Amino acid sequence: MNQMKNLIKNLGLFSAALALTALNGCKPKDIGNAVSADAAAKAYVAPGKYDSYYNFVSGGFSGQMSVYGLPSGRLLRVIPVFSVDPEKGWGYSEETKPMLNTSHGMVPWDDLHHTELSQTNGEIDGRWVFGNANNTPRVARIDLTTFRTAEIIELPNSAGNHSSPFITENTEYVVAGTRFSVPMDNANGDVPINTYKQNFKGTISFISVGKEGDMDIAFQIQCPGVNFDLSHAGKGKSHGWFFFSCYNTEQANTLLEVNASQKDKDFIMAVNWKKAEEYLKAGKGKKVPVKYAHNKWDEKSHTATSTIKNEVIVLDAKELKDICYMIPCPKSPHGCDVDPTGEYIVGSGKLAALIPVFSFDKLQKAIAAKDFDGEYDGIPVVKYESALYGEVKKPGLGPLHTEFDGKGNAYTSFFVSSEVVKWNIKDLKVLDRVSTYYSVGHLCIPGGDSKKPFGQYLIAYNKITKDRYLPTGPELSQSAQLFDISGDKMQLILDFPTIGEPHYAQAVPAEVIKDKSVKIFKIDENKHPYAAKGEGDAKVIREGNKVHVIMTSIRSHFAPDNIEGIRLGDEVYFHVTNLEQDWDVPHGFAVKGASNAELLIMPGETTTLKWVPDRVGMFPMYCTDFCSALHQEMQGYVRVSPAGSNVPLTFSLGTNQPAASK
Amino acid sequence: MRKLFIILAMSASLAIATGCSSNTGNNTTATTEETTDDLDMDEEANPDYDPNRGEGKFTKVEVGDKLDGAMATSGEKVFNVKCSSCHKLTEEKLVGPGWLGLTKRRTPEWIMNFITNPDPMIDKDPELQAQLEICLVRMPNQNLTDDDARHILEFARKNDGVQ
Repeated sequence: MNQMKNLIKNLGLFSAALALTALNGCKPKDIGNAVSADAAAKAYVAPGKYDSYYNFVSGGFSGQMSVYGLPSGRLLRVIPVFSVDPEKGWGYSEETKPMLNTSHGMVPWDDLHHTELSQTNGEIDGRWVFGNANNTPRVARIDLTTFRTAEIIELPNSAGNHSSPFITENTEYVVAGTRFSVPMDNANGDVPINTYKQNFKGTISFISVGKEGDMDIAFQIQCPGVNFDLSHAGKGKSHGWFFFSCYNTEQANTLLEVNASQKDKDFIMAVNWKKAEEYLKAGKGKKVPVKYAHNKWDEKSHTATSTIKNEVIVLDAKELKDICYMIPCPKSPHGCDVDPTGEYIVGSGKLAALIPVFSFDKLQKAIAAKDFDGEYDGIPVVKYESALYGEVKKPGLGPLHTEFDGKGNAYTSFFVSSEVVKWNIKDLKVLDRVSTYYSVGHLCIPGGDSKKPFGQYLIAYNKITKDRYLPTGPELSQSAQLFDISGDKMQLILDFPTIGEPHYAQAVPAEVIKDKSVKIFKIDENKHPYAAKGEGDAKVIREGNKVHVIMTSIRSHFAPDNIEGIRLGDEVYFHVTNLEQDWDVPHGFAVKGASNAELLIMPGETTTLKWVPDRVGMFPMYCTDFCSALHQEMQGYVRVSPAGSNVPLTFSLGTNQPAASK
Repeated sequence: MRKLFIILAMSASLAIATGCSSNTGNNTTATTEETTDDLDMDEEANPDYDPNRGEGKFTKVEVGDKLDGAMATSGEKVFNVKCSSCHKLTEEKLVGPGWLGLTKRRTPEWIMNFITNPDPMIDKDPELQAQLEICLVRMPNQNLTDDDARHILEFARKNDGVQ
């Protein structure tokens, strides 16, 4: 009934729009908030049809990354990254547990804020997508052939890894800037909080990325103690530079809401990373003892390993004068975005009433001429006017983030005034504004932070949902809104709910990724030490109190499916190999009383469930993923006897023993 | 409900299109056309299906009078990994039928097509459809290479007594 009402309302608005249309000679200029009639058709993807874009959306406090199809807004997958995910066994199977290891041990839940697709020559290449862990600082690399997290590296000397995981135009580096300044890891951290100015440092990390994706912390730059917020790499002419927004240049340690908003201007820090590389080569870095985890997934053994590393090289920005420069930027800048040409750097001061646009060329001239306004904690401060290209006047309230359409326009989100504003980069004039529902945070245009944006759609990720969806108690899913930006005016065409809280997101035409998708893991290439390649390999081995069940699954039975001779006190490892070699035929595995979880095994993969039985009895096991008409028959039993029992260890499949009387 | 809205929306846009020759109408038409093309569901009638050859990339497979031992050995290895979970080498049915006599019942082309292209053949082959009613499990596509398929055929021939 409500739907009917809405429909009538929509139609009403539509007729109003039609009426306007008639008056204005068929060219609607501004139909306000009305969703125009062709919106549904524009977002409609027919059953059986693919979407035209992948949208990789950060899951915020869920710690995961979600993948949507655009323009339909259909959820295609949640990729587990920094949090355990029972749906996929992530962090539960023995093979995936090392991926969540840190120098603090296993961390089962973190906070993923930003996504960044890998690039070659400044264009999205579809190899990987990166994500950042905000709480226990880490960067993850997700392989886009498998849509799985392939690597996670922890960041020492950091806390609150927020200005991350932004990349250089050939994915030479992923950066990570610390949000919280803290005493360095090897310094004494047991100091009074009000010694911030003396003891707290801000570091930014440059993580190199190899051809096959191997991440390594190439170097860190030690900077004054401030809060680094967001960042973006230069591109084209500004390749070789990186730009970081910073706030709390007041260096407050309490009530930052007030105390970090005192100054008229904070900074965007420009980093000449090519220069930093030179200093690194010249041996100007200091080796500093630290402790951090580097976790890697091996696709052949279907297993992760976690290595603890103990050293990082740090360059001091105070001593090595020509790496870092501070550009004054009004009022606690948040977004720090570089246009497709690499010339314009847009700073969005959360509390500012204008948007400053800086010029890379002017910045270079100012640096060459030493056109400085003193230093900030040892770092040269470039004069505001000397780096400024111009200001967008009265754009809205609370500017946060800017994306680009590749046609000379920028789109900035305004949290306080709940709107997206389109403006021209050259003349800095506002061209269009559209309301969002409500309180927009990040924006995404496919390729919108690269050299080659696809200016067809814009997605707004809103912080407040309120009345957009049916109520579901106090907690509502967050609302993303899709706009068609192919014309002069932005047009709202779809609302869709998201998981967790979406911060930054990226999107790319489907063609860049879809044909590289892995469909199965080849069973002949499986290098898992407990793989069973065929039922002939299935067996049960006892090693002291450890029992390894090497088993197979195929539609629709396990081999073996009867196991006897397990004793209380045993640790049982079920290593299940899925023998299927067809797309989209995973098998599941569960055994009663397993306190850990279940398994989900892809075709050709081997996955391990550790089970410590806690009582004597008969324990059923079964397949948890519907696999065939006889899925419900895919089951078996494990017999657990008391400790010290002399029941022999036996296993079988399809052997019907004569019925015993006892 | 959504459908109704789209229909209404479309007719409304059409109204604009006719009234003002605006380009909003074109978008709508394009989308409607997209929904109908290339969804080939018309495989019901299959006059072209050849029950002797099956359907797939193999039209004529030459087998010798004598067994190729090396191929058969390699085929047995593949059998152990990818087939033996469901097929016995005797006449006994496990998940699928036993293999004894297979190469006498089927042509080499049919066997190699079926094991490399099972889904379309299960949909079209009358005997496979009858078999499915007994087994109830569709034979999975095990992603065999052409060589794997040929070697399996040779192993099945060995199982049927070719020397």
